[in-house]
Amino acid sequence: MSTLNQNNNSEKFTGGDDLSNFQSSRESWLGSNIKYLLAGLLTGVVFVKAEISSWYRIQEMFRFDSFHMYGVIGSAVFTAVVSVWLIKKFGTKTIQGEAVVLSDKKFHMGVVWGGLLFGFGWALTGACPGPLFAQITSGYPQIAVTLLSALAGTWTYGLLKEKLPH
Amino acid sequence: MDSLVKPWPWYVAGPILGLMVPLLLLLGNKRFGISGSLRHICAACLPAKIPFFQYQWKHEIWNIFFVVGIGVGGWLAAGPLANPEAITVAPATASALATLGIESNGTLMPASIFGPEQLFTSNGLLFFVLGGFLVGFGTRYGGGCTSGHAIFGLSTLQWPSLVATVSFMAGGFIMVHVLFPFLIKLI
Repeated sequence: MSTLNQNNNSEKFTGGDDLSNFQSSRESWLGSNIKYLLAGLLTGVVFVKAEISSWYRIQEMFRFDSFHMYGVIGSAVFTAVVSVWLIKKFGTKTIQGEAVVLSDKKFHMGVVWGGLLFGFGWALTGACPGPLFAQITSGYPQIAVTLLSALAGTWTYGLLKEKLPH
Repeated sequence: MDSLVKPWPWYVAGPILGLMVPLLLLLGNKRFGISGSLRHICAACLPAKIPFFQYQWKHEIWNIFFVVGIGVGGWLAAGPLANPEAITVAPATASALATLGIESNGTLMPASIFGPEQLFTSNGLLFFVLGGFLVGFGTRYGGGCTSGHAIFGLSTLQWPSLVATVSFMAGGFIMVHVLFPFLIKLI
């Protein structure tokens, strides 16, 4: 069982179990994904309640005028590092009983160029992709235009991928 | 209830976001990362025979559920859990923005840039259209955003994620300190 899961998860796009759920019935497909909606819901509440989705908080961060965003990102990384270390140390399994699989991110020059471009966009919009969704529903429906433009950006990357330096 | 309604401090927000990493791993071996949802939406809606969008996006549907959840959460936080008081902006940032003609009037976003009537102005072109495009293009080119690289990537000790984090922080500094004063005069 665990060998099979390892194989599934070593592929770029994972989730053999999701596929079978998807095909078996609409109900279990919804049921197996609703937990991710709830996790997203908590994330969205945090984005707005901690004002991470505020354009001003992002300005303060890039101007070094407030500790807030550094505190948020720093304590998030710290919590995640400790959690992942604990999962590895105790060999914690997923709720489906699978081994937890962490894949390696590969380095290419796109990490630098793309990172810089995303930084430009982050400073302009005051939103990384997560808070972008939260901005729309927290009183700024016009930010849907920014989201559409972000989709156009991702689509354009897909179109030009082979021509870009990586 | 009062502490729920007041703005949440960093030491509450950060650990909750950090716990999304083990939560998603244990719920089904999912890797915390949000910008991938933009790719999945493209693949679902307009794949246009582009190889980058030819994959089983339905296998990644959890990511779409997650961002829909973010939307619902944003609505909850701004509705039932809304902070009744004006948000404060660091005085140094407020005065720097004031010299650029941008007000700090207690809302999450400056109306003079992000008000709906700004959509069809040069502000709309710069902040909505160009800004959004750079977020979508840059995150995919760089292979992730703040969640996938800075939080998930760093927590699993991926050095490319450290490079990505340094790159997008550098991009933000360059935009705010170098390009922004120039662009704001231009528009």
